[in-house]
Amino acid sequence: MQNAYFQNYIPVILMLLVVVALAGAMLALSWILGERKPSRAKLSAYECGIQPTGDARQRFSVKFYLVAMIFILFDVEVIFLFPWAVIYRELKWFGFVEMLLFILLVGAGFAYVWKKGALDWTNADTGDST
Amino acid sequence: MNEYFSPIDFLVLKPVILLTLFGIGVMLTDLFLDQQHKYMNAVTALVGLAFAAVQLWLIQSEMAAQGVAQIEAFRGAVVLDRFAIYFSWIFLISSAIAILIAIRYLEIEQEHHGEHYAIMLFAAVGMMVLVMGMDLVTLFIALELMVLSVYILTGFLRRDRRSNEAALKYLLLGAFSSGILAYGMSLLYGMSGSTNLNVIADSLAARPAGDPLVLIAITAIAAGLFFKVGAVPFHQWLPDAYEGAPTSVTAFMSVGPKAASFAFLLRMFLVPLGSAREEWLPLLVGVSIATMTLGNLAAISQSNVKRLLAYSAISHAGYLLLGLVSGNETGMKGIAIYFLVYTFMNMGAFAVIVALRRRDLIGDEIDDMAGLMYKCPTAAVLMLIFLLSLAGIPPTAGFLGKYFIFLSLIETGHITLAVIAVLYVAVALYYYFRIVAVMFMREPVDQEKLSFSPGIRIALGVTAAMTILIGLYPEPFIQFAGSTVLSILR
Repeated sequence: MQNAYFQNYIPVILMLLVVVALAGAMLALSWILGERKPSRAKLSAYECGIQPTGDARQRFSVKFYLVAMIFILFDVEVIFLFPWAVIYRELKWFGFVEMLLFILLVGAGFAYVWKKGALDWTNADTGDST
Repeated sequence: MNEYFSPIDFLVLKPVILLTLFGIGVMLTDLFLDQQHKYMNAVTALVGLAFAAVQLWLIQSEMAAQGVAQIEAFRGAVVLDRFAIYFSWIFLISSAIAILIAIRYLEIEQEHHGEHYAIMLFAAVGMMVLVMGMDLVTLFIALELMVLSVYILTGFLRRDRRSNEAALKYLLLGAFSSGILAYGMSLLYGMSGSTNLNVIADSLAARPAGDPLVLIAITAIAAGLFFKVGAVPFHQWLPDAYEGAPTSVTAFMSVGPKAASFAFLLRMFLVPLGSAREEWLPLLVGVSIATMTLGNLAAISQSNVKRLLAYSAISHAGYLLLGLVSGNETGMKGIAIYFLVYTFMNMGAFAVIVALRRRDLIGDEIDDMAGLMYKCPTAAVLMLIFLLSLAGIPPTAGFLGKYFIFLSLIETGHITLAVIAVLYVAVALYYYFRIVAVMFMREPVDQEKLSFSPGIRIALGVTAAMTILIGLYPEPFIQFAGSTVLSILR
């Protein structure tokens, strides 16, 4: 039983070996055969084809982090709605009530964030709404 | 109701659901309160705790009336047994006392926000689910809810450098230890194919003794749990976190989350790892000796009362681990009663420190206590009672916990361990009495009167009364504790 369990992993290990070998071969071959003609434009950081305007290593306002954090939270919570919507008919009233509770909880969080002024860009860095 | 949940599921979780609702309620009503009325948040939170307590009482008496030892809910993911109920009482009491002493403290620190009480209720939710959980996933989520809440509370004085430092240290080390714990849990799942503790227990019992996978799982889980209860060698976060956190939060985290982590540790070691007792026993003996040694010896040289109590908390964790070493009924009873007693005496000691806090004086250095006897005899005598109890001197309640743990060690033949533990009590007496000596035998530094807020008055009164009451008339408490822990011993 013990052996059979680990035998399940043999395809995974084979796959892993093939993938590493293939990727390594591609990189090595292009490094050996490839031609290199560096220029200023080629060496600069790639930003969707637009010329970089400066160094990215500088201080950002803490507001960005606050907004990013709130975005992640609500985004993840909203993602939960998709699988729910797909099987909504099967869940019937149970699913409806459960999601209602969930939305209410998320709504409470949203009301809190809003009233605290975390969404207010002009004074979001102080954290005080008053 | 339907195929997903049964009504019994909600009955079991009723206290927890109530606490969650009140926590959210506090968060939302806080938005409409001005600075003068922030104490209303504390009142709301206390009402929430009272509601949860009533529900818990109803469930408990219903269970007693029907003669049911435990209720399973959510297909065995949550089990409400007497063990869980007993610890839930400790969490409700410690949260209530922490809220009572927080009101005044936060006002002085000018950080009186409603979130403090909301987060405390959420931490209580985490703790209660943690002692009820019988499923690795439920347990881990409950543990994280509890510790995340405590991280935030530790850094609650956001303008204070020490508080921020403490929170960051606690967060980084805590996240790391949670990772190790989760790794151990994943090994348990890998070995048994189930997240249910009882199934894991059966599956582990069927494995040969000395299985390396089991040993790794035990080591990882023990490391994670020892961190949470603050046992050596995973104690380094504890003095810093206790010193930096707001004193009311220190009082809370030294009792509530600690008891919850310890209950979790008991559950893990006795249920899933119960069959591997031979393997973890030497580890546990070593850790408990190291914990008592370091906690007691390091406490001697501390000049800060909060830090001293932090090291004393480490040494108490060592004594409590001894109860698990003996592992018999007396030992479990000892651990249970120890936590009940510890709740009152430790929170009482911290309440006295909070009472000393004034706008210009932090009050947590030993020197700040100089001449307290002449300035405010009540505070000094109360502190004396709490310290005597922490040291384990007979007429106070602290004696009782130590008595049962030492008795269980002797019953199971660990005489050497019992002797070491008793010797460290003598060391503990020395450093507790350093505070007493300063309070009673030094001239006061100033004559400013202490003023007790109503919250602190109630907290001090309850803690002192219970410390003495349990010491003088322990019988009902012993029976209560004894009947509850039987449910965890298989």
